[in-house]
Amino acid sequence: MSRNIYLLIFILALFGFALWSVVPLDRNVFGRQGLRLGLDLQGGSYLVYEADVTAIDTANRDEIMEGVKGVIERRINALGIAEPIVAVQKQEGEYSIAIQLPGIADIERAKEMVGRVSLLEFREQDEEGNWIPTTGTADGEELVLSSKYFKENTYIDVDQFGRPLLIFEWDETGQELSQQITGRLIGEQLGIYLGDEPLRGEDGHAIAPVVRETIRDRGQIEGLSLVDAEELSRLLNAGRIPVPLGRWVEGEPKVFEPEIPLYERTVDATLGADSIEKSILAAGIGIALLLLFMLLYYRLPGLVACLTLGMYGVVLLAIFKLVPVTLTLPGVAGFILSVGMAVDANVLIFERTKEELRGGRSLGAAVETGFNRAWTAIRDSNITTFIACIILFWLGGTLGAFMVRGFALTLFIGVALSMFTAIVITRTFLRLLIGSQVVTNMAAYGVKR
Amino acid sequence: MIDFIGKKQWFFRISAILIVVGIISLAVFGIKPGTDFAGGTSMTLQFSPPVEQSQLREEMAKLGYDKATIQNAGGGNFIIHVSEITSGKARELAETLGTELDSQARITDYYLASPRVGAETARNAGIAVIIAAVAMLFYIVWAFRRMPKPFRWGTCAIIALVHDVFIIVGIFSLLGWLAGVEIDAMFITGLLAVVGYSINNTVVIFDRIRENVSKHISPDFAETVNNSLVETLGRCANTALTTLFVLLALFLFGGATIHYFVLVLLLGVIIGTYSSICISSQLLVVWEKREWRAILPFAKRTA
Repeated sequence: MSRNIYLLIFILALFGFALWSVVPLDRNVFGRQGLRLGLDLQGGSYLVYEADVTAIDTANRDEIMEGVKGVIERRINALGIAEPIVAVQKQEGEYSIAIQLPGIADIERAKEMVGRVSLLEFREQDEEGNWIPTTGTADGEELVLSSKYFKENTYIDVDQFGRPLLIFEWDETGQELSQQITGRLIGEQLGIYLGDEPLRGEDGHAIAPVVRETIRDRGQIEGLSLVDAEELSRLLNAGRIPVPLGRWVEGEPKVFEPEIPLYERTVDATLGADSIEKSILAAGIGIALLLLFMLLYYRLPGLVACLTLGMYGVVLLAIFKLVPVTLTLPGVAGFILSVGMAVDANVLIFERTKEELRGGRSLGAAVETGFNRAWTAIRDSNITTFIACIILFWLGGTLGAFMVRGFALTLFIGVALSMFTAIVITRTFLRLLIGSQVVTNMAAYGVKR
Repeated sequence: MIDFIGKKQWFFRISAILIVVGIISLAVFGIKPGTDFAGGTSMTLQFSPPVEQSQLREEMAKLGYDKATIQNAGGGNFIIHVSEITSGKARELAETLGTELDSQARITDYYLASPRVGAETARNAGIAVIIAAVAMLFYIVWAFRRMPKPFRWGTCAIIALVHDVFIIVGIFSLLGWLAGVEIDAMFITGLLAVVGYSINNTVVIFDRIRENVSKHISPDFAETVNNSLVETLGRCANTALTTLFVLLALFLFGGATIHYFVLVLLLGVIIGTYSSICISSQLLVVWEKREWRAILPFAKRTA
């Protein structure tokens, strides 16, 4: 008896804490506020790019990709997007990078920020007038002059006419190269290229300033529009993506298409809001029907099951909030399905208890036997759902579909918690109820004697 | 007491018909692979005011998208699957469609998958289903290791599982033909969840048979199984009902995005419950009694 009281206190404390942490939902608990919603519920974009690492030494690839991740994170942060998720995936030697941008309105702009090869390259004209990369020698090596040697402190200034200037500083190698090159090219044009395209000014003309003097420490780029200058400055400061991002296209040999993502998904925020509304409605109706059924069919134990289920729901929400688990639409379906299945454990126990009562056992004995007999079935049967969830979780990781994992995770947590609630909470409640001898009428347990 | 075992031939016949219809449909119509498997672009277009599917199909054909798959997702929403187009071009298409059909079209969901990954996704999905089946088989063999011939229990459960998968895939093949319903990663997800559910049900019944066998309630195995089925019927029906309540609510009110995903689960719960009672347990009896002729759908009664 006293053990049951302790259990009751534990259950109530757990429930109380869970209830406190989810009502209201945006209460700050351990630094968590609200539920974390997936892109399909709050709107946003999901992009997966493959990286062409063929030019990189195998041993350095992991490290390089971590660098890419960092650069992308900084670029996205510069766009002011809340809680972006960037992850590097490695599969069969191929690298890809998955980017989740919650709540972003302008996907085209985000893609530009992510996909762009932001390396400014300085070029000079050869005899035929072609623009070729300009080189100098530093540390005994011939190097191309590029923004690789910028310090990451580029900023915007304005000249006396209010026109924007992009100001940059060279690092040590850059100073060496710049001194040689500008010294050699006085009076000639220096082209500035972004990838294979010349950098264009506000008027659409290629920017190619004439070198007036030898430059060592710092330089400036004139003629850009303010918007372009700002974006370029952010890109330069965020760092350079050292490998092309895009996707591989099947063929012999396979071809790399830069800047086109392997997957792209954009969900409108209004659709997300609509989905949430509909899910809540559906869950409300479904669960109400379920509770009504349990009450009518199982009477008193049904009432206990309803209470248990209420607690189950609150604790599950608290887990989702505190872990936190990212809720996607299939995840919500997994949650609702797990509520339906959570009842299963109760049903198994009650059916068993009823049988024992019909067999002539006393209430207390029937409940105990009911639990013990039902336990093997509950344990053995739920393990199959766990197996399915684990396989789904693996499958979800190999896909561009983040939603598969959401479903597997919520269903897994839901079923695990449902076993706990049935075995601990329902059992304690029923024991206390029977021990208190408040209700001894068999009809309340749905059995005619 | 209901005599389940005596009706086993009827159950086998019903299942055989369902499976054969499914296989014919698969052979004739195949299944429509969605963007996850075939690559390309799919998008959900929301028209306000709503337009007719036939109008939309006509207009799409006029614009050169005559191979597009168009699914009606209700409430003026259509899910369109075309070969790869960029998000910019998709927006242009939506605008054109809106103007031509005197409506406003909005892309609420845009999804592009490179065709190259489709084959890989399909392969992984296939592997996942097979791993699931094998894992379940091993698990059941392990769970029933104390019974004589545990492998037999596992095999019967897996046959029921394959039965469920075949029927659901068959139904979606028909739906693909009738309503342009496509199969995507969420379909596979639903299928695996269903596999878990179906085996879950089977295990509950097997667990009772195991218990009754060790209690020696009857010298006749068929009678033991029948008693076990009757005893677990209440539980099976009630669990299926409670799950169906929530799934039905999701299916009817849950919105376009997960409509067909929920349908897989809904069908799975019904078929999974049916197969645990009417297929896997019956197969146990057939195997025990070596009444293999009973499986042949139109064989004369042997008993």
